[in-house]
Amino acid sequence: MAHQSSYVPKTGFTRWLDQRLPIIRLVNDSFVTYPTPRNLNFWYVFGGILTVMLVVQIVSGIVLSMHYVPNADLAFGSVEQRIMREVNYGWLLRYIHANGASMFFLAVYVHIFRGLYYGSYKAPREILWILGVFIYLLMMATAFFGYVLPWGQMSFWGATVITSLFSAIDQVIPNLGTAITHWLWGDFAVGDATLNRFFSLHYLLPFVIAGVVGLHIWALHVPGNNNPLGIDVKGPQDTVPFHPFYTVKDGFYMVLFFLVFLGFVFYAPNFFGNPDNYIQANPLVTPTDIVPEWYLLPFYAMLRAIPSKLIGVLVLVSSLLTLLAVPWLDTSKVRSCRFRPLMKQLFWIFVADCILLGYVGAQTADAAWHVGEAELPLVWLARLGTLYYFGFFWVLMPWIGKKEVTRPLPESIAQSVLAKGGH
Amino acid sequence: MANASTEPTRRDFLYIATGAAATVGVGLAAWPFIDQMNPTSAVLAMASIEVDVAAIQPGQQVIFKWRGHPLFVRRRTPKEIAAARAVPPSDLPDGLARNANLSDSAPATDANRSIKPEWLVVVGVCTHLGCTPTVSTPQSPQGSYGGWLCHCHGSEYDTAGRIRKGPAPQNLAVPPYAFTGPTKIKIG
Amino acid sequence: MKTVWPLLAVLALAVPSSAEDLTQPLAPQTQAWSFNGITGTYDRGALQRGFQVYKEVCAACHSLNMVAFHDLAAPGGPGFTEAQAKVIAATYKIPAEPDDKGDIFDEKGNRLTRPGVLADHFPPPFANEQAARASNGGALPPDLSLIVKARQGGPDYVYSILTGFNQNPPHGFTIQNGKYYNPYFAGRNISMPPPLSQGSVSFSDGTPATVANEAKAVVTFLAWTSEPQLEARHRIGLQVLAFLVLVAGLLFLSYRKVWHGKPEDEGVVHDLPGSPTEKAPVGDPDTLSGG
Repeated sequence: MAHQSSYVPKTGFTRWLDQRLPIIRLVNDSFVTYPTPRNLNFWYVFGGILTVMLVVQIVSGIVLSMHYVPNADLAFGSVEQRIMREVNYGWLLRYIHANGASMFFLAVYVHIFRGLYYGSYKAPREILWILGVFIYLLMMATAFFGYVLPWGQMSFWGATVITSLFSAIDQVIPNLGTAITHWLWGDFAVGDATLNRFFSLHYLLPFVIAGVVGLHIWALHVPGNNNPLGIDVKGPQDTVPFHPFYTVKDGFYMVLFFLVFLGFVFYAPNFFGNPDNYIQANPLVTPTDIVPEWYLLPFYAMLRAIPSKLIGVLVLVSSLLTLLAVPWLDTSKVRSCRFRPLMKQLFWIFVADCILLGYVGAQTADAAWHVGEAELPLVWLARLGTLYYFGFFWVLMPWIGKKEVTRPLPESIAQSVLAKGGH
Repeated sequence: MANASTEPTRRDFLYIATGAAATVGVGLAAWPFIDQMNPTSAVLAMASIEVDVAAIQPGQQVIFKWRGHPLFVRRRTPKEIAAARAVPPSDLPDGLARNANLSDSAPATDANRSIKPEWLVVVGVCTHLGCTPTVSTPQSPQGSYGGWLCHCHGSEYDTAGRIRKGPAPQNLAVPPYAFTGPTKIKIG
Repeated sequence: MKTVWPLLAVLALAVPSSAEDLTQPLAPQTQAWSFNGITGTYDRGALQRGFQVYKEVCAACHSLNMVAFHDLAAPGGPGFTEAQAKVIAATYKIPAEPDDKGDIFDEKGNRLTRPGVLADHFPPPFANEQAARASNGGALPPDLSLIVKARQGGPDYVYSILTGFNQNPPHGFTIQNGKYYNPYFAGRNISMPPPLSQGSVSFSDGTPATVANEAKAVVTFLAWTSEPQLEARHRIGLQVLAFLVLVAGLLFLSYRKVWHGKPEDEGVVHDLPGSPTEKAPVGDPDTLSGG
């Protein structure tokens, strides 16, 4: 780790261990004495929450897989009958896992927007950000595979629609896209073979995520945390040890987060779900409205905003890949939006834009708003939103960074903290 | 401890209480994750079965499946009953009846091994390491006691299902059962 | 940039709407259900009456595949005793296992059956989907195990469908051949004939057998088949959330103590960032952890 290790083994055994496998030293330096900026605010608690949520999802997922059967004839019954009715606390484990996925995404979105607002992707934290984008992409893949497993109507048709995106490649290289979809399905349509492999991948990917999370934390601990001021730590007066200051703070907010999470589990377990997924998959009947899970809605809106299939898919893919370029698209020398009056506004419009896209994604394809006499088809709103999404990253970010007059930065974290004189 | 020489302070108490509450919470939360591996309600609903044994001939054994294990129902001949009665319990390797319908300390007399002497109902799981013993008949004798022989490690049982020779430590278990009719048995 | 905000405000005020359309279903009628709310439980009387309605009316066409007879005696369910559930199970004919000769049909070609036991599930009224469709004018009566969770609007929707047959179609509305007008159903043309009528069943507890009472009872029963663990969920939920509030309180006090350490407590100063102080909190973790 970047800071001087202060770990001193006290017993004979720990001295012996320290010379062979300094694992206690690693934990001590990473999560106990790790110097953390003393001004981290509420928005910084979500990293810890996400780590815990990953553990919750892996543990609940492993126990669910003890009862789940990845077979097209049996999958629905293994979830809705065996797990939900017969297994002791099966209903609780299933609702934890299903709602946990939504809460995981809720936390990751706050975490990403926080990173954008405080410029946490800027040098020297580019790798940290890119690893985070990889985690996000892996999460989306994992969530998608997981949503297929209960083998309800939405599972089946969601899988059909998303995997069919690959058939857009046919418009570039004839038949290649179709060949890829058949390869993905192991059949001429989503079926038993598809379910089996999606289960395998759904079990595998969380461990890949855990590995990348390890790299993400490693990449965090080399330069150390960014902070709401976006200025570098200048010395020990700017930091506090991670334990107990941030363990207790993260712990407190984690319990609040769990109150919300378990509130859904116990009192609105189907809030994020879709009634159609309580109907067993039927390859002959498509539900009237195919809606992805809420956390994918903004991208779904962008996909539907484009009339061309191929371009729609390309827009979808590039909206995600764009995130990888963010560290180099932002040309500003100042990290935090606190000192970037223009960027701050653009950021909040971007947040509103993502919510708007999510809203449009949840509506039917032909929905429209009526303002007086005028009719505004939502697809146009989605197009505007898509335009802003890309414009924000590819035009505004590089341009504003150079042009913007930023507010003066404080001397140091400690000085800023003192000057404010308490909260 | 912050200052081991002094009494715990109010602040220590707060931290200890917080840590204890968190530990208790994690402990309680672990229970659903453990309990989910126990038999499900569907399995428990199958824990009790009712069988009709009218078709079994004297000297014949029929195997039913009960709680995932073989269940031997043997209609004993008078000769087999007499052979089992001739052995004093004190000569047996396992002197206890192992009958779920009697007390744990009941001796392994033949009378204590069945409800009606003609019908012997035992769980077909060798008490050594869980193999299924093979039934002995006059046409195809298995072992030298006329009951069962477990081919895994050579345990021999007599016509009351009691262990007589070999590594098995206990007599074959008699499950909880009752006659609901002359030839109807409810097991479990 | 300032001009953007009013535009967004205008967009936010605009409401999505669609033209009135006779093929669009009406919104379900909202009912007060005993199982709503965080302490909601199933009304036992309604569950038992609802079971009767299912058994005597719905079961003629609708299966209930996921429900076993032992569920009728499970905690949080209709509250039958195990003996009662056994008697109920025995009134059902379950397709028998092959007999000693390996036959599953008798000499006349009828399927051999045996009385149900607690471990059995409710047998379906039709042998397969084709048979079900053939008997119902091509429509497939859905399995009812999860029906309340599988429909937008849940219990209110199912209740509205069951009680929505008595209305006359608007002028100019065409009812398709062999279908019935039900304004709560998508397309308003439903294949199910009105299932409930005054006196369809006779309740032994004296509840008048009105269509509304029958519907209310059977929807309660079907809500239970959809979510048999609801009562346990509500009960455990309160305990868990209360415990979490307690832990949150303790953690909050610890959080405050850690960040606002008073000198007189331990002689160590650790201040919340922002507190005016000369001494920066340079931590010795052993001292801070308090244990």
